[in-house]
Order: sequence, then structure tokens, then C-alpha cells
Amino acid sequence: MSRRFPWIRQSLVIWHKELRIEFRTRFAYSTLLMFAVTTLITISFSVGGFVPDSDITAALLWIILFFSAMAGLGRTFVQEEEKKTVTALKLAVAPEPVFLGKYFFNVTLLCSLTVLVVPLFLVLLNQSVPQWPPFLVTVILGVLGLAGASTIIAAIVAKAEAKSAMMTILAFPVLVPLLLAAINATRACLAGASGAAPASELYVLLFYNGAVLTASLLLFEYIWNE
Amino acid sequence: MLTQIKVHNLSKAYGHRLLFRNLSLTIPNHSVFVLLGRNGAGKTTFLRILCGLVSASSGEIEITVDGKVLTPQEKRAQIGLVAPELELYEELSAVENLEFFAGVRGIPFSLTSVRELLDFVGLKGRGLDLVHTYSSGMKQRLKYAYALLHEPKILVLDEPTTNLDEDGVKLVEAIIARQRRRGIVVMATNDPREVAYGEQTLSLDTAKPGDLA
Amino acid sequence: MFWQSILGLWLSLVILASFLYMPATQGLGESGRIIVYHVPAAWVAVLAYLMAMVNALGYLRHKDLRFDRQAQVNAELGTVFCILATVTGAIWSRGAWGWYWNWDPRQTSIAVLLMIYAAYFVLRNAVEDPQRRASLAAVYSLLAFLTVPFLVFVVPRVYDSLHPDLINLESRTFAMDKKMLVVFLASLAGFTGLYGWLYNIRLRLENLLHRLESKREVS
Repeated sequence: MSRRFPWIRQSLVIWHKELRIEFRTRFAYSTLLMFAVTTLITISFSVGGFVPDSDITAALLWIILFFSAMAGLGRTFVQEEEKKTVTALKLAVAPEPVFLGKYFFNVTLLCSLTVLVVPLFLVLLNQSVPQWPPFLVTVILGVLGLAGASTIIAAIVAKAEAKSAMMTILAFPVLVPLLLAAINATRACLAGASGAAPASELYVLLFYNGAVLTASLLLFEYIWNE
Repeated sequence: MLTQIKVHNLSKAYGHRLLFRNLSLTIPNHSVFVLLGRNGAGKTTFLRILCGLVSASSGEIEITVDGKVLTPQEKRAQIGLVAPELELYEELSAVENLEFFAGVRGIPFSLTSVRELLDFVGLKGRGLDLVHTYSSGMKQRLKYAYALLHEPKILVLDEPTTNLDEDGVKLVEAIIARQRRRGIVVMATNDPREVAYGEQTLSLDTAKPGDLA
Repeated sequence: MFWQSILGLWLSLVILASFLYMPATQGLGESGRIIVYHVPAAWVAVLAYLMAMVNALGYLRHKDLRFDRQAQVNAELGTVFCILATVTGAIWSRGAWGWYWNWDPRQTSIAVLLMIYAAYFVLRNAVEDPQRRASLAAVYSLLAFLTVPFLVFVVPRVYDSLHPDLINLESRTFAMDKKMLVVFLASLAGFTGLYGWLYNIRLRLENLLHRLESKREVS
């Protein structure tokens, strides 16, 4: 398997390297976590004992995840660029495994954030989930899409000046369809057991993931080699 | 086992600032090629084009190994670069760095061979320390380990003895001598002692169309 | 000069005809006359954006900065016409529905499109090197444009569209009378001509600026 798909093996090696460095510096994860938890507490604090409408809760959840991703994943490629390790990496491996490795790493980061934040969110906002399975699928597909789009945008950001402001500006228009679909699906899952499972939104999420990943793999080398 | 570098009518301009025009030359197997020139003359750019990191404005560099012209993918396996603008991961140890690069290059990794390589570049006993604890000279030595790890046919050196002590300079001499037997060394320098290693030199200050020293 | 005069005359006639010759639309009333400007503006916006995509692909393939200048001009013109379509649409929406803006699916899509190109121009301003700027802008615009179709599946779920369709799908008829159709098509042709003329002028200006810049660098 790994001999036939060198990309997969190489991208796992890169993923492993990212994890190792992240374990030592904890830079990205602490940013992600602090951002998510601060927003969550602010929201919970201002809501008080009042149980908000599921329409609003669904939007709040994805706003938290979106801005955490912007804060935490924006430096995915900036580090390599600033510490000049980018040349060593470029000379050793093709562009596509680099993208995949970074994507896997961002997925790992966001997933480990979600595992903490979503239960905390449901508890603090006193929200029950009548439809668990579609809710989980929505969160997983939404987080995957968030990680995918963030990875390719972070690659663009690393080559531009004014890096800190660029991430959100560039990522938001690209992520609007994903966020809307995820919010709609989450809302349906939170609304009640009687509501239908949000099948069409899940398809949108699935195809969005496929489209962004394919396009990123095709386009990444034009950014990476710039 | 023939290795050869052929430069055809190579030109490079940044915007409209011309660095060099219509360079054509051949670097034969078992030789050392030295590139000279003032700061900003385009030495580093030439090396970057050779490594495939920057594209030329026109013309091309053809690398032949065993009678076969290399594709950009195959170039990665046959070129080792040591340069000031190339750094290794500071948050990893030397061994972890080499393990990582062996992994992405798909070459077998063994602790004993990596120890040997680290001993050779003079980092004996420091392999498990994080790179950010290294002095700049030690980092330079580690870059040689990175460049030699996959035993490339072509070794590209930009200012090879930066930050190195007398001992380090002798190491570089040894590496160049060894690489000459294995293939080709291309280096950019202004140090008269290093210039003496080269069979062939080219100064980018005076390079006119088609000129070859 | 000749073609400019023809174009000016043509569009003047379209404006006159849209008020004097064309009857008020059924159902939509006097405010329906705006269709003669709104739809062609939207059409030119789509046309220019599609051309910008073609130019972006062209740049990535050939790495020739000429394509980047074309892409930039097309993105600019697309944005100008997109703003015109948004404004005319909002004015009409006020007349027909009572609100300037209500996040109708078309309004949402056009707002996202405007955001994409706003981000595109921010990105262009944040990169110094022309080659790098061209590559990053091309990749970003292709990536962003790819996600626009997904909006079609997502947005109608928020609110049902009140936007009138020109072609009635059920009866397969074109919802315009003959006089209106003539003026509408004339306007469509006029707007397309206007786009062609503006494109030509903008591109020549960009090319001249590029040559000026290179002269300055050499000297």
C-alpha cells in the first residue's frame, strides 16, 4: 500500500513531524483552545440562565469554530517560511504530500479542539441534541472542510505580506457555503427529533470537502513553488 | 556512471534588472565548479535555478545522470544543497531532523548510519540535542549532514564555510574531495582559498553572452 | 472614435426606449423598467468574472504576466458591474417587495461574490513581487469561484426566493412582450459592447503602466 502511494506515506511523515513540533511548542493548539474557550465563556456568561433558540445556538457554535480555526491555523505555513525551513522541505519532497501532511495535521488539531469544545458548548448553553448521529456527521464534515480550506488559504497567506489580517479576509468568502450548510444542518439536528435529518446539507458538506481538497491538491504547487 | 550539468542560454532577470544573460556551459563529471561575483551578482540565484527552486527567465539547466536527463522530481533525489537561506527544524534534534528527511525522501533510516554521518560532520555526541541549542557553526555542520543524507550526485554549496572554524573548513575540503569522486560540486564563494578547489570558475561580474571562463 | 460614437448612440437610444417606447411590465409596474439595466449588468458581471477565471488558468499555464493583467482588468470590470447589478437589484427590490435588502438567495450569492473579489484585491495589494502576486491571485480566485456553486444548494433553504425568473419553466414561455424584448436585447448587446470597450481601454492602460514601470527600473 505505502509503496504504491508514496504520497500517503510521505504526508504521514510530515504529519508526524508537525505533531512532534507542536507537542514541543504547543503554539497552535494553545491559540486554538484559548480562543475557543474565551469566546465560549463570553457567550455563556452573556446568555446567563436563558436557553437560546436552536437557530442561534447553531450559528454560535460555527462562529466559534470558524474564528478559532482562523486564529490557530493561520500560521500553518508561516512558520516554515519565517524559519527558512521551507527550502529544505521543498528540496526533499513534492508539493502534494506537503499539502496533505499539513492538512492531516490541521484536521488533528481541529478535531482535538472540537472534542473539547462541543460538549462544553452543549453543557454551558444547556442544549440537548435530539438527533445525535446526523449531528456528529455534521460536526465531523464541517470540521474537515474548515481544516481543508484553512490549509490552502494559510499557504497563500504565508506568501503574502500583512499575514495576520489576511487569513480571515481570504477564508471567509470561501467558507460561506460550508458554514451556511453546517449551520442549517446543526439547527435541524438541535431543533427536535421530529425534524427530518438534514440530508441535502450533509451532501453539500461532503461535496464541498471533495471539491476543496481536489482543487487544493491541483493548485497547491503554484503557491508552494512561488 | 556519468553525471553532467549542461547550461543552455540561461538568463535571469528580476523585473527588469538583468542578473545574467545567455549563460552556456557544461560541467563534466568528477569536477568542482566555482561561481564568483560581487554580492548581488546572481550567484545564489544561479544555484537556486540549478536546484529547481526558482525558474529561469529563459534557457534551461539540464542535469544528466547515467545518460538520462532528470525530471524535476528526479532532481530532488540527486541534489544536495547547503546554503545560508536553508535552515533545519530548530524544535527537533539533529537525529530527528535526519529521520524526518530520510522519511520524506523514502530512503531507509538507521540510527547507526545517521550516527556515522553526524560523527563525520563533527557533531559526535550532540545528535540528540535540539537544534536551537546549537551554535551557528554546528548548524552549518548539520546542514552538510542534511545535504549528504541521500548521497546525491550533485552537491550545491552556497558560501560553504560560513560560520565554520578551521576544523570545519578542513571538513568542507574533505567533503568536496569525496563528492568529486562521486559526482559534481557546484559552489558559489568569494573566498580565495575555496576558489582554488575548482577546476572551472565563472565570474558573473564579467559574464557576457556566451562567455565561459 | 467611430465605434465609440455608435456605442454611445446605441445606449442613448436604449435609455430613451426603456422609458418611452417600452410599456410598463405586467405585475411589476413602472419599476419593472429597471430590468433593462439590471439583467445586462448582471450578465456582464458574470461574463467578466468568467473571463477572469480563463485568464487565471492561462496565467498558471503560461506564467506570462500579460494574462495576469487581463485577469485583473476583468476582475475590476466584473466588480463594477456586479455593484451596478446589486444596486439596481436593491432599488427594484424596494419597489417590488418593500425592502432594499432581505438576504434573498440571489442577494446572498452576489454579496458573497463581491466579498470574494474584495478579498482578491486585498490579496493583490499585499504581495509585492509581480510573479508571485499573479500566482497567488490566480489560485485564490479559482479556489473561491469553485465554492460559489455550492451556495445555490445551501441558500434557498434559508428563505424562499422572491426573485422573478425571466423564463417561466412551467409554461416554457418567455415572460416579456415583444416591445420589451426588443429593448432588452438591444440593452444586452449595448452592455456587452460597453464591456468590450472598457476592457480594451483598461487593458491598454495597464500595459502602458507596465511598460512605464519597466523603463523606470532599467534607468
